[in-house]
Amino acid sequence: MKTILLLAATVAFGAGVALAASGDPERARILDGYAAQAKAPDFTGFSAERGRALYLGPHAGGKVADTPACASCHTRDPAGTGRHYKTGRDILPMAVSANPKRFTDPAEVEKRFERDCVNVLGRACTAREKGDFITFLSNR
Amino acid sequence: MTSDPNFRALTGIAAFAMLALAAGAAVASEFERVLPVADAATRKECGECHMAFQPGLLPAASWTRIMDGLQDHFGESASLPADIAAAIRGYLTQNAGSGDGRLIRITEQRWWLRKHDFAPSIWSRREVGAKSNCEACHRTAAQGLYEDD
Repeated sequence: MKTILLLAATVAFGAGVALAASGDPERARILDGYAAQAKAPDFTGFSAERGRALYLGPHAGGKVADTPACASCHTRDPAGTGRHYKTGRDILPMAVSANPKRFTDPAEVEKRFERDCVNVLGRACTAREKGDFITFLSNR
Repeated sequence: MTSDPNFRALTGIAAFAMLALAAGAAVASEFERVLPVADAATRKECGECHMAFQPGLLPAASWTRIMDGLQDHFGESASLPADIAAAIRGYLTQNAGSGDGRLIRITEQRWWLRKHDFAPSIWSRREVGAKSNCEACHRTAAQGLYEDD
């Protein structure tokens, strides 16, 4: 039993390092999708700096008064473990460096934006904001 | 002794398992049991923000209200894609328990209040945080085992 656990841990660790080093094709596809949606005269690419500002806030008008920023639950350091503001449940790090599986499942990514843009901003996010956000956290 | 954290963790788990087995055999009546969450989508989606509460903890009418109100789930949006929400709704209502279907909080059901009749200050402890945090005191709550202490 112990050997199997150790083996599984070793394999998981190895895979995580490989992914982080190579980047992730699925994440690139998700970003391309948002870039295509953002296509407008004024769109010239995503910005990690804008993504950082979005992440740190603070914003006004969100559905949940206790969470005026993404950082409210995810902490100001996106490589750290977050904590749900009410239930206390741990949230895996947002930074890709600390959590290589972030932004690799398109349905999961859309589900979270759908909810948390409303909770924090009080409105849906634009495609450009989504791309900025992912770009910021992919570089962290 | 060893300082290998893996070994220590495994020893801890083994000791806990043995303890739990022994305790379970000796004082089975001190555990309240509900069927654990058997549906993968329910476990994943509900379990992201809080313990995935077992369907037996609320009557079907309460689960229906909860699934109707995910846009405003206790003050926040917990919206889900329609197909996933429908599957979870089906699982919860088909495996529901009994209680007052007008109430959506487990912690307002009469049986719950009867079993948690103690000083309100307990809920504001840092390690508890909220009444919905069953696992703060019932360590095996996620498996549907609520030790009765």
